[in-house]
Amino acid sequence: MNLYAIRSIYLFELARTWRTLLQSIATPVISTSLYFVVFGSAIGASMTQVHGVSYGAFIVPGLMMLALLTESISNASFGIYMPKYSGTIYEVLSAPVSYLEILIGYVGAAATKSIILGLIILFTAQFFVDFEILHPFWMGAFLVLTAVTFSLFGFIIGVWADGWEKLQIVPALIVTPLTFLGGSFYSISMLPEFWQTVTLFNPVVYLISAFRWSFYGVSDVNVLVSVGMILGFLVLCIATVGWIFKTGYRLKS
Amino acid sequence: MQPVISIQQLSKTYASGHPALKTINLDIHKGEIFALLGPNGAGKTTLISIICGIVNPGGGKVLVDGHDIISDYRAARSKIGLVPQELFNEGFESVLATVKFTRGLFGKAPDSAYLEQLLRDLSLWDKRDARIFELSGGMKRRVMIAKALSHQPQILFLDEPTAGVDVELRRDMWNMVRGLRERGVTIILTTHYIEEAEEMADRIGVISRGEIILVEDKQALMHKLGKKQLTLQLQQPLASIPEQLNHYTLELVDDGHALVYTFDTQREHTGIAELLKDLAQRGIDFKDLQSSQSSLEEIFVSLVHGR
Repeated sequence: MNLYAIRSIYLFELARTWRTLLQSIATPVISTSLYFVVFGSAIGASMTQVHGVSYGAFIVPGLMMLALLTESISNASFGIYMPKYSGTIYEVLSAPVSYLEILIGYVGAAATKSIILGLIILFTAQFFVDFEILHPFWMGAFLVLTAVTFSLFGFIIGVWADGWEKLQIVPALIVTPLTFLGGSFYSISMLPEFWQTVTLFNPVVYLISAFRWSFYGVSDVNVLVSVGMILGFLVLCIATVGWIFKTGYRLKS
Repeated sequence: MQPVISIQQLSKTYASGHPALKTINLDIHKGEIFALLGPNGAGKTTLISIICGIVNPGGGKVLVDGHDIISDYRAARSKIGLVPQELFNEGFESVLATVKFTRGLFGKAPDSAYLEQLLRDLSLWDKRDARIFELSGGMKRRVMIAKALSHQPQILFLDEPTAGVDVELRRDMWNMVRGLRERGVTIILTTHYIEEAEEMADRIGVISRGEIILVEDKQALMHKLGKKQLTLQLQQPLASIPEQLNHYTLELVDDGHALVYTFDTQREHTGIAELLKDLAQRGIDFKDLQSSQSSLEEIFVSLVHGR
């Protein structure tokens, strides 16, 4: 295994985060803080508890997941799209590195960045609301699993995109709406029955539900079902990436 | 001697249906400077891209120092450095960071002393902390070379290395290439500048429409295909070439003020003495004469267009 190559890609990608610290870290933290202020403090003050948890605390896992999903996709898609756009992908393709090593480098860096961001948001949330983490191990496991899965998804988008517009279209038109409608700010049991059924087709519901369970022991959907859904999506992403590498889709002609 | 690169029956047709390479067979010798000449779209970059792993081959086989580029790609690629035609770069990265990145990518442990020497040799050390987008085109080209050499390759591909660079940098690069060759590095360069091939190459390959149409030692090529011309500046202009001189390959130029005789350097008798005698007998005097040898460029054009 070419460990130097993995290290190079990983550190090179992380270096971009430090170069663009304001964009990478400060912006999501500020926007999440605003969510806490608006939803947690302003609206939450007039709301009753949800599943026995105060509204402010209830939205913490959802907000973390919101940031985790969007940042994982954005980091990974940008990470692989940028060298394609600038042309520097030539040296990755011509280097003695396997596709797995390329993947570990890019996806590992993207997941690392979004996990760090998730933890910063968790830390920031302490200043706004009181909350607890009932199952810290599972919280960490879901955090890592989600970050890796959606970084893989982002990697696929980055390979697929052949323009800046396409790079934005999936996160903006699909992921963000699904996340907002996936129970970040509410329990799906608060919806009319018809919409509860519709919501179950939204994969993000399972992520948020499981993540919230790790905090407070309450969930909209059975945790095992959620774990199955996350693992299923992970396998789907791995299979797609495997196909991309096998065919050289949009990487090699 | 085992070739350092052996290309056997290599072909490539792009998804668009464009046959970029037909059946290519070519051996590159260890330690030589090989110039690959060809017009735009001839397949030069496709050929290089396949050897380096950037483009998938259609059919055939390529061995790099005995290693198959597909089944043993790690060993094959680790021996190759590539300076692509375009100035691809991560604009916001510093020079040193991007060179370190490439070295790591090729599986080499960090070596600050080597990279410092490399950047000094390429006059980049003072710019090591500068971001690449701040550099001039020539300096960016040097960065590309530094990246290609960062992992100490045994084989260096230079795809149009001096396109758009000034004379000074071109001379620097030629010196650098010669220095690398002295250290045993094999160099394959594609170029539009025939003078570059003429100045530097040991062997020349000509590619046209996806086929290698000629591979020859440069001197032998010049000797074999080089035509010499003798130009005679006449005392009195001629209206036409006298019929008695028709068996010479003559051309009247400069409104009849000059007579150009083209002869083959391969022939034992050039025919110059006879021509001068014939001219004297017919009272055609000349005030000056000069001879010139056709350049590689002319040879190249005649080869490509003669097909």
